[in-house]
This record gives sequence, structure tokens and C-alpha cells, in this order.
Amino acid sequence: MTGRSAGTALQRGLPAAALASAVVALVACASTASRPAGPPPSRADVLWLSRVTYGLNSQTLADFALHGRAAFLDEQLANTAPALPEPIAEQINILDVTHADATQLLAATSAEYKRINALADGPEKEEARKALNERGNELAYEAARREVLRAIYSPAQLREQLTWFWFNHFNVASSKASIRWLIGDYEERAIRPHVLGHFRDLVMATMTHPAMLQYLDNAQNAVNHVNENYARELMELHTLGVGSGYTQNDVQELARILTGVGINAGSPAPKLKPAWQSLYRRNGAFEFNPARHDFTAKVLLGHTVRGRGFAEVEEAVDILVHQPACAQFVSRQLAIYFVSDNPPPALVARMAATFSSTDGDIARVVQVMLSAPEFTASLGSKFKDPMHFVVSALRLAYDTRPILNTHPVMGWLNSLAEAPFGHQTPDGYALTEAAWASSGQMSRRFEIARAIAAPNAGLFKPEEGSIASGEGFPQLASRTFYDALEPLLTERTKNALNAATSQPEWNTLLLSSPEFNYR
Amino acid sequence: MISRMPKRLAVPMRRRDLLKLGAALPALSTVGRLFAAPASPARFLLVFLRGGYDCANFLVPYSSSYYYETRPHIAIARPDASGPHAALALDTDWALTPIVRETLLPLFQQRQLSFIPFAGTDDLSRSHFETQDSIELGEPAQGRHDFASGFMARLVQVLGASEPIAFTDSLPLVFHGGADIPNVSLKGIGKPAFDERQTSLLTSMYAENHLESAVADGLELRQQVAVAIADEMVAANRGAINTKGFALEAQRMGKLMRDTYRVGFVDVGGWDTHVNEGGAQGALANNLDNLSRGLVSFAETMGEQWKSTLVVVVSEFGRTFRENGNNGTDHGHGSVYWVLGGTISGGSIVGEQRPISRATLFQDRDYPVLNNYRAVLGGLFRVLWGLSPTQLDRVFPAAKPVDLKLV
Repeated sequence: MTGRSAGTALQRGLPAAALASAVVALVACASTASRPAGPPPSRADVLWLSRVTYGLNSQTLADFALHGRAAFLDEQLANTAPALPEPIAEQINILDVTHADATQLLAATSAEYKRINALADGPEKEEARKALNERGNELAYEAARREVLRAIYSPAQLREQLTWFWFNHFNVASSKASIRWLIGDYEERAIRPHVLGHFRDLVMATMTHPAMLQYLDNAQNAVNHVNENYARELMELHTLGVGSGYTQNDVQELARILTGVGINAGSPAPKLKPAWQSLYRRNGAFEFNPARHDFTAKVLLGHTVRGRGFAEVEEAVDILVHQPACAQFVSRQLAIYFVSDNPPPALVARMAATFSSTDGDIARVVQVMLSAPEFTASLGSKFKDPMHFVVSALRLAYDTRPILNTHPVMGWLNSLAEAPFGHQTPDGYALTEAAWASSGQMSRRFEIARAIAAPNAGLFKPEEGSIASGEGFPQLASRTFYDALEPLLTERTKNALNAATSQPEWNTLLLSSPEFNYR
Repeated sequence: MISRMPKRLAVPMRRRDLLKLGAALPALSTVGRLFAAPASPARFLLVFLRGGYDCANFLVPYSSSYYYETRPHIAIARPDASGPHAALALDTDWALTPIVRETLLPLFQQRQLSFIPFAGTDDLSRSHFETQDSIELGEPAQGRHDFASGFMARLVQVLGASEPIAFTDSLPLVFHGGADIPNVSLKGIGKPAFDERQTSLLTSMYAENHLESAVADGLELRQQVAVAIADEMVAANRGAINTKGFALEAQRMGKLMRDTYRVGFVDVGGWDTHVNEGGAQGALANNLDNLSRGLVSFAETMGEQWKSTLVVVVSEFGRTFRENGNNGTDHGHGSVYWVLGGTISGGSIVGEQRPISRATLFQDRDYPVLNNYRAVLGGLFRVLWGLSPTQLDRVFPAAKPVDLKLV
């Protein structure tokens, strides 16, 4: 980077009146990805890109200029994700969470907890327990760091949003049981590979992951000791939606089908009678133990399910994902996140029809959604949740320049009540404006805007896991701003920006403006 | 943009003028204006002790020899008029920790304070998060849960114009699911983030946007708090006693609830005393002292309004009846709730009770829960606001309110 930001110039005492010309003069020097010369993107394209991605940066605009809308979307929906920028890939590669094996971790932590519990009460025991918990919290932080870095810098912006969306749909919280050790693996192996794949695979992958098995207690669900927690949420939150017609009896029957689906991290396989041995399943920390399963027949949503072991679970998932209610519910959730708090029923119906005719192919459903006139009509009217707000602000402020420290980012998200992996209950974070635009939230958001807009936000203070040192200043008055965002601003916002008396204040106002807070 | 009528026309300048004049603050535009229920002077504050406070070292069951057998290192001594560290007898079974001699004991003697032992939930997870969430949701333990609706948000909807506020960093679950309920943290708060010029620039960008009033109110609330704090500094200059910690926070809450807000929530942390809990003195005693000074300071600040105010103190669970190997206590079940108010019929230990011995402990470790929080709070709300059974059922579905004859 050769240019100095307008912000530093101002801090050295440029008079306020010189601001406008200083900004314009310095913009030309701002670092941006190379973009073909040509007309700036149209207003419609800017709005479209602001929704399809986490927010604009110069790389997104360059890709879009090169490919056009159709090819850009194809690339976003492709099953193979483009590589992360090298410095980000390196930052992620040196994290422990990237190389951790969930099964081994679970076995090791269970053994360590057992060892600690056997110690005599005293300071040594407390210290050991504290050290173990801290290690787990570090791993969970690394998983969040990885998610945030990918959200800001990955060219696969739609995939990143879908990863957040599906994690939230199949929410688990890092505070319960040993989940802090498993949450990175859960996102990486249960969610991420399937975000543009078939919905049924997401259901099976989350169901059999130890994080979900702990979080919704199915690890405890056994014949004669039935725990309904996961069975209920599988229908209510994951597949069918509340009020879609299933009954309490269906919950109980599904819970019985799910008996024996549990965790075995490190122990040898149980000794089973011969008839059960071929029914035993194990994959990683997931175990289906026939000795804990209820083999009597069940009736789920009118279908008789013959008692025969894990095949019942697969049959039950088939029944669930082929319900019209599932196509409708999942399509509507997607549309709430990507289109509108009240998505048009006709759009949801077309998405649901695609879901049903493609066996739940998420990429096809998303394509229908993003190509719909209802989607175009909705652009610019979806309020950014805190994750979208913070990530889009960082993409605009730092463009492709890698930040080194994600602690401030976690602090901002936490302060805005949407910390990664922080939602305690299985319903996940709210997807609608009402949850994020209260008076308390708005004033807090402006304070976070001010923190992001400041030159000393702490993003370039190296932390463990960052590979370089450096410094960086937010450069919001960039070519991306002038080409893409400025044309969207109302007179009110322009007047407010013109009244700013310093570059940080100008930055704060831009990030606080209604135009920036909607996507 | 989704068109929505502004909730009201924001008039921030006028409100700021009022602030300058020191007039009573008009409430922010919050939920419930449309319901137009008759405004009730009643005020309610829920104080949530997060972490599960050890009620047995607060309200000491001194008639139980089992208490002294099982807490050799941390028990609080039996009442003894001459001992400064002995518990303060309230009746023949219960006594208060001596740390609250100057704060809660006088309130109890003036019948402005009662306790409900064996209070809590039927949630048995003994997990802080799960139990706190389940209390804040206020739903029956069995059956479907709406994770997006807290009981105080439902209370506010039922009450109509009740001017709710959360004195917390972010909106707590207990207030989720209603319309816009403001929240502001009063802990260690500095200058407002934005000065008047910046506030006006921010507000100007949202003129005619449907978030206009949320933006104006959010910034305004920070200003109100700043004014309240400025008052403190003036008072301090006149030699007022310097308060700190929760007492300071509670004094600020008192100002806001006296002048503007009528349904409040605050949480206080630091109660998870697994290690070196202490007895008449020590970590728990210090926390209780801080909390009690805060509540007294809240009551004093409320002035005349204290007469129409009810404060309830709850915690997610009690702790193990026996001390553990680290001179602390672990996660338990039944707790002791506190009820305070200027005109309550207090000075009593109320609710269903039983003598405490090993045989009466729940699962051979904890206080049982004999007074469910939904029944207790529902019963208080019924009398405080004259709620109908239908209204109560919206706040606490399928609960059976009990009347403890406190209000």
C-alpha cells in the first residue's frame, strides 16, 4: 500500500474544511484489487451483490465486472469453493482447531475429566479443571476466529453465509458439556460440506455428530430411558416447523426410533448378543448401540416403522425430509434469511417445489430464490443482523488486507449479542429485524461503528495464530465506496457525512447510515 | 424498503430540553402504547443473581443441626446477641447473615422485606445456562418451548403502557419477544458515546425511516443516563456519601425507575462459590453486602415511589446443602427468593416449608423446591396489577399462582 489514509492525514491536523478534497485526493491511492477499467457497477448490481455476499469489497466488484451476474452466481453456487487468499489460508492452517480430531479430543478430554474428578479436593484439582476448560475455550475461540476470517475474506461469500445459516439452523452452543472441544469439527465436518448439497445429508451429519448428540441429549436416549429432547427439535426446528401437523405422539415415537443413537469416543465396542452384532454402527465418536435401542414397532406421521435398528433412523429421516412441510419450512427459513422478514408465499412455494423435485438440493433451491423477481424486489430492505453488519463493515474498511487479530471482532459481535456459537437455545439466532433493531441495539451498533471506524481498533496487534505483524487503518472512503455505495446514499445521509469534522467521524456516520445497515 | 408507519413522531429536541430543565423524564416510546391500559403506579424490579447464590449462608436455617454438621468450615454461627459474627435471628428457625445487619435487617423489621425459602424451578439440569434460560422463558417444564418469548416481555404486553427497561448490556432473554424494550448498562458507564452534535447527525440520517424512533430513543437513553450520572457528581460535590459497585448502579436504576420506567430487570453476577465461599465473612458475605447496600440505596432513591414498588430477588438454583472439599458449595436446586417493597406485608418467611434434615433434602443433597417461581411471581403479579386469569396465563402458561399475602 502506498497511500496514506485520509484519517491519518486528518489526525495530523488537517482542517475540517479540507476534508472533502483530502478524501478525494487520497482515494486514488487506496489499495484495491485490480478491476478492469470500465463503468462503475449499476445501482441494481450493487444492491444485488450486497445481498449475495456479506458485503462489498474491491475483489467482489472485480470478480463481478469480469464475469457478469450469471457466471458470478454460478461460481458462488458451485460445489467446489475457490481457494482462500494465501495469507488467510496460512492463518487458518496454523490454528490447532484446523488439525484437531474430534474423536480423539473427546476421548482425551473425557479421560482428563475422569482423572481430575478422582483427584482429592483442593487447589490442584481446581487448577487442573481450570486449565482443561481454558484449553477448550481456546479451541472454541479458534473455531470462531476461523469462521470470521473466512466470512471476511473468502471469495465464496454465499457459501460462507450459508455455513452461518445452516449452523444456526442446526444450532449447538459451545457452553454445554464438552461442545467447546467439538464445535470447530461440527462446523467443519457436519455443516460446511453440505451447505450447498442435499438437505438430508445435513440432517444425518448433524444428528450423528457428538456435538449435537450432547447438545440435545440424544446420547442419553435409550430404551426405557427415553429422552425426547432431540426428537422434538428434529421435527420442530430442523425439518418440519412448529404447527406443521405432527403430534406429541409422533415426538415420542421418533424418540423411540432414535434410542441407541449416541456417543462412544474411546471405549471398545460393547459386547453384544450375536443377533445384534451386525446392527452395531460406529463412525468417529458416533455410535449406534443396539443394546440401547427399542426394537418394537413405531408409527411416525402415519408410517409404520418396523423395529430393526439404525435402518429405522434412516427411514425416519427419509419420511421427515420428504414431508411437504419440510420443503415449505426449510425454504421459508432460507427466504427469511436471504429475502425478507415476511417472504412472499409465492416465492416460498416455488422454492419448496424445487426442494421436493430435486430431493432437497439446496443449491437449486437457493438458485431459484436468488433468481426470482421477488428477490430483486426485496433488495436493500433486509436489515443486517450483527454478523452481516460487522463483517460488511470490515470488508469495506480493510478490503482485502488481512487483519491479524480477531479478538476485537468477537468483542463487537458479543456486544451486539450475536457471538459466534454463542446462542444457548436450539432455535438459533433470530433472522428478523425486530431482534436486532431495538433502541438499545441501535445505539450500541453506532458505538460499534465508531470502534470499527477508528484507526486503533486493535485488529493489527498480532495474536497467537497470526503470522505477520503490521498496521492498518480503516479506509472507508475508497474506490469501492465512491463507485458502488455513494450513489445509493440519500440526501440526508450525504448531508450528515458532509457535516463530519474528522475522518473517523465520517467513517462512523457511514457505517451507521441506514443505507449501510440494510442489505 | 419495507414500509412501516413510524411508531410515533420523534421529538428528541423537546425531550432534551426537558432534561435540561430537570423535569420528570417522559418515557421513551416503547411497547404497548396502543393497548392503552390504565397506567398503574405500580413498579416492579426483578433482580436476577446469576451463578446460583448459596441461600443457606444468607438465610441460615439455624434450627437445623444438620446445617452445622455438614458445613464445618463455612457455617454461620447460631444467633447470639453478643457475637458480632453470629447470625441474626428472624424467628425460631431462620436467621440472617450478620453482614446485612445495617441493610436488610432494618427493612425486615419495618416489614418491607420477606423471604421465600424452597423456591425455584423444576428444571433439574443444574446447568447455569439451561436453568437461567428456563426461568427467563417462564414456560411449563413439560411440552413445547417458545425460545423467543420471555415472561417479562409477555407481562409487558399484558400490562400495556408499563415502560419496561433492562439495566443490562444486551436485552436479556426474559424481555425477548416483545416490541422494542430498551436496555442500558449502568455499570462503569462513562461519558455518552456521542455528543449532542453527533447525536443529531446520527438521528438526522434516520428521519422518516421506520427505525427513527428506535434510533432517537436509543441515543436519548444514553443521554438520560448521562444526566443521572451528572446529578451524582453534583451530589458528590456536596459531600454525599460516595457509593460504588452495585450500590451505585442501583442508585442510578432508582432514579430511572422513579422518574420514568415501571418494569425493570437487572442481573448481578459472581455467585458461583465453588471455592472458599466464606461464612459470616468472606467472598459470599462481601457480595451479599454489596447487593444489600444496592437494594437499600434503590429504595431510598425511589422516594415516595418506593411505596408502590415491588422488588423480587431470584437466582437460578440454590447450592448443595453440604460444603464441598474446597470450602465452597456446588450446584444445587431450591433457593431463597427475596421480596421487597415499601408497603408490602413483610417481615416474614413465607411459602411452603419443611424442617431441614438429611431426610428432607432433595436427592440427598439440595433444598427441595416447594414454591415454584411461576406460581410465586404469578401470584405477586396478580395482586400487584390485578391481572385476570387469562392475562396471567399469557405470562405464565398453565401456572397455578399462589397468594403469599405479601401485597
